[in-house]
Amino acid sequence: MDRLFEAHELKTAHLGPLELQLQPGELVQLTGASGSGKSLLLRALADLDPNTGEVRLAGAPRDSMPPVQWRRQVAYVPAETAWWSERVDEHLPADFSRETALHLLEQVALPEESLHWEVERLSSGEKQRLGLLRALLNHPRVLLLDEPTANLDLENTRRIERAVRTYLAEEEAAALWVSHDTLQRQRLGGRILTISNGKLEAPAWS
Amino acid sequence: MELISLSPFDLTLAALLVVALAGVTVWARMGLGRSLLIAGARTVIQLLLVGLILQTLFDHAQLGWVALMAVIMLAVAGYEVMARQQRRFAGLWGYGIGTVTMFISAFAVTVLALTTMVGPTPWWEPQYAIPLLGMLLGNTMTGIALGLDRLTQTVWRERRTIEGRLAMGASWSEAVTTMRREAARSGLMPTINAMAAAGIVSLPGMMTGQILAGAPPVEAVKYQILIMFLITAGTGFGTLGAVWFASRRLFDTRERLRLDRLKAGRPA
Repeated sequence: MDRLFEAHELKTAHLGPLELQLQPGELVQLTGASGSGKSLLLRALADLDPNTGEVRLAGAPRDSMPPVQWRRQVAYVPAETAWWSERVDEHLPADFSRETALHLLEQVALPEESLHWEVERLSSGEKQRLGLLRALLNHPRVLLLDEPTANLDLENTRRIERAVRTYLAEEEAAALWVSHDTLQRQRLGGRILTISNGKLEAPAWS
Repeated sequence: MELISLSPFDLTLAALLVVALAGVTVWARMGLGRSLLIAGARTVIQLLLVGLILQTLFDHAQLGWVALMAVIMLAVAGYEVMARQQRRFAGLWGYGIGTVTMFISAFAVTVLALTTMVGPTPWWEPQYAIPLLGMLLGNTMTGIALGLDRLTQTVWRERRTIEGRLAMGASWSEAVTTMRREAARSGLMPTINAMAAAGIVSLPGMMTGQILAGAPPVEAVKYQILIMFLITAGTGFGTLGAVWFASRRLFDTRERLRLDRLKAGRPA
């Protein structure tokens, strides 16, 4: 059995019940009309919204883990990442290794100094790339990416796609990626799930 | 020195000043006349009533009556704290957080002051217990109301920051720490300012009252210092407690931010 992540009978006030499985290294795309519950699903999986059901990471039930540990391993990256301090490095996990950071910086095509940049002066592309990097520094096993390339130009979009692909391959992690860009859908490939009225279904055209 | 008793005529003269002010605002079309007159009338009625109640209480000095008075004061203060919140906790929590923390801080400090510092016999002697408790409750109420209001407003406004921190693996307490600090500051600032300005910018009301009543200024000052410290301790511990409990209540056992536990109060 090589299921990395699974949700069984997952329910929230607006979703479900729904079933979801992710294999190690897999990138699954999530589509659906706006308001269909894509973000709500990601938030429920990261345990940011109240929900019921059985959710497991590598076989271990969610409730057996403190929430802090769960959210580090099942990382939710919102469409617009929140920044609350002056400099980028004040938003990074306390115990990250420099080596990992350098490796990830290379993936997202940013220099090492960018960790000390002022948040106010970041472009939206830099914010998105650093927001992803910040989550990856926690070594998550599952990435919940809520339109991580929204409003980005093609170059930055490609960088993020590549960085996620590389991370999944290197760490045998899985990602659930919300996207509604047809071209991106083709570039990313893999399994595609559609959510509508709070239920998951595989689209007819996949 | 003796206390000079005020006659109804003296009070009428003072009331005429307020009526004159109301007349001027009506004449200037500022629309404050009605509010001024109603508030003035309330002052007369409420204070006369409280004077009668206190007089009765002093005449029948029994622990049971003093305790009943204390409980009524607490209940009203608890309601005031809740009513001043723009976003309050739904259900019993809305009333409970302020009331319980005020009970713990203001009552504990009052009882401590009565039994160890002021030391009347019996310790609950209403002439000391009720004014002390009143001053403590009044100030603690303001501190807690300000602190809670600031906390819920800030958390509401900065929910993305809080959830961003949670998503990065912060605990509920780490995620809300800056909002909590801000709330505690805003609850304690009036008290700290009052201590800093005491005697220079303002002559505190209680001290002024005692001096008017004929107490030697140094005695009045000693009482004022005692009261200031008691108020600071009561307000401080009360505010910290209320902010802590409220911030905990904003998260559930899985440390999710639960803004659904707040509901809109009446607009301030």
